[in-house]
Amino acid sequence: MTEAPSALYKAPAVAGHDNVPFAEKQRLFEQVKADVRYPDYLYGCYECGICVAACPSARFYDFSPRRIAQAAAREDIELIYQQMEEDIWECSQCFSCVRCPRGNNPGGIITLLREVAVNNGLGSARQALEGYSRIIYKIMSTGTQVSPDMLQPDAFPDWGPEVKDVSDNLDLWRRALPPETMHTTSTGWDVSEKTLIELYLIWFETGALEMIREVDEGLHMILEEVMEERLEEEGIEL
Amino acid sequence: MSIPVEVLLKKKEHYERDAHHTPEDFHEELFRLEAEGEWIIDRVPEPYIEVNTKYNRPKKIPIGNLWHHKSCGQCGHIPGYSTAIFWVMRKLGLDYNDPRDQTSCTAWNYYASATSNAAAQAAVAMRNFAAAKESGYYPLIHCGTSYGHYKEVREELLLHGDLRRQVRDVMDKLGKPLVMPEEIVHYSEWFYAMKDRIAENQVRDFSGIAATVHPACHYYKLVEGDAIYDPDVYGGQRTAIVTGLVETLGAEVRSYSTWFDCCGFGFRHILVQRDFTRSFATQRKIEVMKEEADPDVVLTHDTGCVTTLDKSQFATQAHGANVGVPVMSEAQFAALAMGAHPYKVCQLHWHSTDYRPLLEKMGIDWEAAWAEFEADVAKLERGEKEFLTWDDVDA
Repeated sequence: MTEAPSALYKAPAVAGHDNVPFAEKQRLFEQVKADVRYPDYLYGCYECGICVAACPSARFYDFSPRRIAQAAAREDIELIYQQMEEDIWECSQCFSCVRCPRGNNPGGIITLLREVAVNNGLGSARQALEGYSRIIYKIMSTGTQVSPDMLQPDAFPDWGPEVKDVSDNLDLWRRALPPETMHTTSTGWDVSEKTLIELYLIWFETGALEMIREVDEGLHMILEEVMEERLEEEGIEL
Repeated sequence: MSIPVEVLLKKKEHYERDAHHTPEDFHEELFRLEAEGEWIIDRVPEPYIEVNTKYNRPKKIPIGNLWHHKSCGQCGHIPGYSTAIFWVMRKLGLDYNDPRDQTSCTAWNYYASATSNAAAQAAVAMRNFAAAKESGYYPLIHCGTSYGHYKEVREELLLHGDLRRQVRDVMDKLGKPLVMPEEIVHYSEWFYAMKDRIAENQVRDFSGIAATVHPACHYYKLVEGDAIYDPDVYGGQRTAIVTGLVETLGAEVRSYSTWFDCCGFGFRHILVQRDFTRSFATQRKIEVMKEEADPDVVLTHDTGCVTTLDKSQFATQAHGANVGVPVMSEAQFAALAMGAHPYKVCQLHWHSTDYRPLLEKMGIDWEAAWAEFEADVAKLERGEKEFLTWDDVDA
């Protein structure tokens, strides 16, 4: 166990995760702070609680956007690490919290904390993204996400019997749509090949594809193979 | 006990924003960067309509020549959303472009799973905007999240030269310039701007219809300055989007105390933590609307909100929840007002909550309309046609 170097930090025994060295927690927070968006999201918190009153997740989870803004403002590395492992995936990313009178963006801070959690393969990120591979795959490989064939009654039994009607009639009902681009069943609309090539280049060039490696190595391998093969066919070298 | 919403609203009939909190107009920096050769500004084409925004600045909304930035959620699960937008434009005789050279904003991998980053998201936005510019049409964003996210991207690119350089390098590799639209325009803003012309083409009487409106968080909370506000709608205190159109169509918009609340979509939650989404959507939105306003329909303007508010109602009936109100976009509602077919155009059979009582109240014989749709689908089944077209819809 490594002690936090300042009384300003929540005690590791209270914050939990005291098996993780303080230096590691500090390294992760430095990554958050290094992001260009970070200074735009945090101006200091005076604990008024308006963000909590507006927050949907605060009503149903042990979650508080105020704690997120506070911990970041105080640079409480122990508490920030606790939040990265226990809190950040409860946020709805609705940004109701930007009603903050100080101009803070707790939802934006959470976006950054999540990205660092993903980039470093933290347990919370792996757990949160379990069962989420299909969505990541779909977005990165097709450029759309909510495909019509997702609507399967066994996947969405709580959405009512109409889901089965859609599923049973999917091909016909899609062909009955007047816009020519929407006759698809496995993508939201027909995305051109040229567009996909450009999208794949974006994922490689910006490091977005690399982000997935730490949280889902198998998915990363599949995506890399699909994209590299397609780019090679086009004669594009990475 | 319900909150006396009308009493509170009466006190705020003319809401004035504190001038000290007015943010700077982003256009100045937008054009300064263009003058320095950093990017190309895609100007709003004429003719356009000027509307009022939150801090009383005008925003140009182009009337025609629009490049439809489709939404993965709408096209995938609520296709009547998109077809209604296209149909209204066709009905008004306006040219548009429904491109294949378009990806989604990909923000599912930003807000839900955080498996993207600022440069990737900005590059996706810039690629789509450059594609729109190449086509000669101006981008119109269908999804509330895409609209909000692109405004975030615009803010980040305005503020950070390093990010602009990084994204410009990526665009160079794609052989595209950095293109930023003069205004980022949501389809609802187009419907708001065109509300009088839509009402001129109205063929169904909606004066007996009561609606509640759910405004999409990502429309008016993210980079809130260029959302539409109107002193004549909610006294200028709340965004006028959706409500302004619905009132112009003669329907009654009823208020309720949780108007500002999110729908509960949550990105991850709608898929993998649906107990949260379902609870929030029904307990904080639908049940409150039912108790305080008893609407015939809930109208909103984002993919996630329609899905959440519509699909969350079914399972909660098991708990005796006070639910059972149809949900659709204001584009579908406006199309119905203009005489659109409820199935061939508005595609209401993709929705879960029972919309049939609403159609009856609108004077629509839904049984006859369904028979017409099924007859068309039978032609596809028999192989007489491969697809239905716009000609079939208006036949």
